[in-house]
Amino acid sequence: MATILAVDDSASMRQMVSFTLKGAGFQVTEAVDGQDALNKAKSQQFDLVITDVNMPVMDGITFIKNLRGEANYKFTPMLMLTTESAADKKSEGKAAGATGWIVKPFNPDQLLNTVKKVLG
Amino acid sequence: MSIDLEQFHETFFEESFEGLDIMETGLLELEHGEVDLENINTIFRSAHSIKGGSGTFGFTAVAEFTHDMETLLDQMRNGERQVTVPVVETLLGSVDVLRSMLNAIRDGSEIDVNNVSQMTASIKGILGVEDAASGAPEVEKYAQAAKGWVVHFKPYVDILKTGNDTVRLLRELNSLADQTEVTVDNESLPPLTELEPEECYQSWSIKLIGAEVSEDEIREVFAWVDDECDLKIEAMAEDSSDSIAASPGEEQSEEELPEKRSVEKRAGKSTESSSIRVNISKVDELINMVGELVITQSMLSRFGESEEFNDSTIERLKDGLAQLEGHTRELQESVMRIRMMPISFAFQRFPRLVHDLSTSFDKKIELIMTGETTELDKTVLEKIGDPLVHLVRNSLDHGIESPAERIKAGKSETGVINLSAYHQGGNIVIQIKDDGAGLNKDKILTKAKEKGLVNSDERMTDDQVYDLIFRPGFSTADVVSDISGRGVGMDVVRRNIRELGGAVEVKSKPGEGSVFTIRLPLTLAILDGQLVGIGDETYILPVISIIESLQVKSENINAVAGNAEVYRLREEYIPIVRLYQIFDIKPVSTELDSGLLVVVEAEGKKIAIYVDDLLGQQQVVIKSLETNFRKIEGLSGATILGDGTVALIIDIAGLIDLYQKDMASNVVSIKGAAA
Repeated sequence: MATILAVDDSASMRQMVSFTLKGAGFQVTEAVDGQDALNKAKSQQFDLVITDVNMPVMDGITFIKNLRGEANYKFTPMLMLTTESAADKKSEGKAAGATGWIVKPFNPDQLLNTVKKVLG
Repeated sequence: MSIDLEQFHETFFEESFEGLDIMETGLLELEHGEVDLENINTIFRSAHSIKGGSGTFGFTAVAEFTHDMETLLDQMRNGERQVTVPVVETLLGSVDVLRSMLNAIRDGSEIDVNNVSQMTASIKGILGVEDAASGAPEVEKYAQAAKGWVVHFKPYVDILKTGNDTVRLLRELNSLADQTEVTVDNESLPPLTELEPEECYQSWSIKLIGAEVSEDEIREVFAWVDDECDLKIEAMAEDSSDSIAASPGEEQSEEELPEKRSVEKRAGKSTESSSIRVNISKVDELINMVGELVITQSMLSRFGESEEFNDSTIERLKDGLAQLEGHTRELQESVMRIRMMPISFAFQRFPRLVHDLSTSFDKKIELIMTGETTELDKTVLEKIGDPLVHLVRNSLDHGIESPAERIKAGKSETGVINLSAYHQGGNIVIQIKDDGAGLNKDKILTKAKEKGLVNSDERMTDDQVYDLIFRPGFSTADVVSDISGRGVGMDVVRRNIRELGGAVEVKSKPGEGSVFTIRLPLTLAILDGQLVGIGDETYILPVISIIESLQVKSENINAVAGNAEVYRLREEYIPIVRLYQIFDIKPVSTELDSGLLVVVEAEGKKIAIYVDDLLGQQQVVIKSLETNFRKIEGLSGATILGDGTVALIIDIAGLIDLYQKDMASNVVSIKGAAA
């Protein structure tokens, strides 16, 4: 089954994302900020990355930029969790190498649909 | 698949309240003129997280309210808006409103809608926008539904490098129509030798035949890549109909629109079910200990199986038991550490409190906090909050003088309150120190005499006089201000602290200020106890209170007025308390020199407790008397000893009170206490 790295500094969001995806049979690893995520992604290959944008230590966009630079993450889908209002964040994220985004607030079904679409 | 989001609510509330505290701290720092970007970023992040979470978990009102705060903070961090006092004050106010909203939702009570809309108006006022409701209604853009669509999709060569997959896009597009026709354009495909496998050279034209979808829905498929491709969407030429049908997808999303504003769904079962967030390393440590314990257990169980018992097995049994003892203690410590939290959780409200109070008192006050990382038991932490607030308020109200008075006294205009915490022995010590006027001894004495708390001819040391402020029915404030005089006095503070097994004392110097010192046990569950024997009974004294134990030399015993006896110990006279009298039991001997004196101290007062024998020290698990029997003055609880008998634990501060109170009447006994 596909492996997913879920990154969010908010514990409740992380739990929700993780719980939803695990329930659908995915293997989920959680990370609390960009730096934590980067470390985890380097030690294990993930099929999909879902990350929050605003985080302490390392924000989601910097994280994506860094991870996209890694040879084995060249084509890995990376999704940002972002709010509708943050249009500039979307383009900033895209420029950094993000595949797409999931707009907050979202419900578990929306999350799953998107993930399934991306992972085929 | 439906997932019950309620299970995440408690976590959401916890982190939101933490976030609010972070915002508050950050905003207070801003107010001091320290505009640093990282600080604003931190505040913004907290607001952003609360907004995101509340939206996701269905607390729409909170999400809407936070949205405006976020906008304001975003402008601040982008340098589009200056950080001024009114802006910061408004944000501080918003933090309060947000906190009350979250509390209301968590407790299932009504949100104060007026409060929220007032605050929303002030933020919008700053933002310079009209209330959203009065804005022009959005013109719904209904795309023309057609018999079908032709989509021309020409991705840029780099599209794969953002992890997007053209096949996925085509597959999605395919799901929109029952029938599709796809034409691939391979024209720009280079010769194989020049082909870069990481680049995309093809483009597609897709006919969605008879698809009843809007143009927007098709665009939605390409939303992530709209800047990475050329996209042209045309309605299929033949039979373009005028019939406008709202697409099924849109209808559905309308239905899903969140519920009404003020009626947020009640979350969590009850506020009571408090949880605790534990660092994973603490849990690992615990698991590790349990592992050790299991090994020891299996080692010991081997002895039960073996038939023979000889000297060598006994040796090994002893080793095993010693190991078991070690592991049990370590396990106990690990479990205790799980309950430990830094005192910053109690301290963090003070910057705000001091800020607000100094404004309302017109005093200039600087708050210095140290030792915020000192850890103590969660229960103790939660219960120490209110007494601390009372003491800090008190220092602010009664301790620190007005700027004018301070200048007259030759001090700096700004008063200083020091709040510190540190470990000492098995205790945690919290100090509230101010550099104000100090306690007024004469005023306290006059008042105490008025209230009949002391005899007019009684001679007292300064410390004894200051201690009077903790007596029930004492209040020094001439005018009951709305800050300090809320009907609770220092006696309540002392009572609350004692209920936690702690003690509070005050030292003061006229003109230089006062120091309130609180001593608390690290935990409420376990105590290092000294077992003492009196007759057939065993009592437990907290080791922490014991100064020394000694054999009585009769020449050092002095009898003073009434029935009181004092013991002279290195030029100090210490009252002797005969425990057997207090508890009305039969001792082995009533002759002082055939027993022992244990000198103990609490709240700066010493007594020598007369006991028959010292029995040994051990950690005891404290069982509450109140829940199992009733509260008894002079006792803080009970415990079960290794042999199964019950022993009562002495509350030293309470015992001293009892002794002092009853000295006058010469009746020092509480019958039935030992029952």
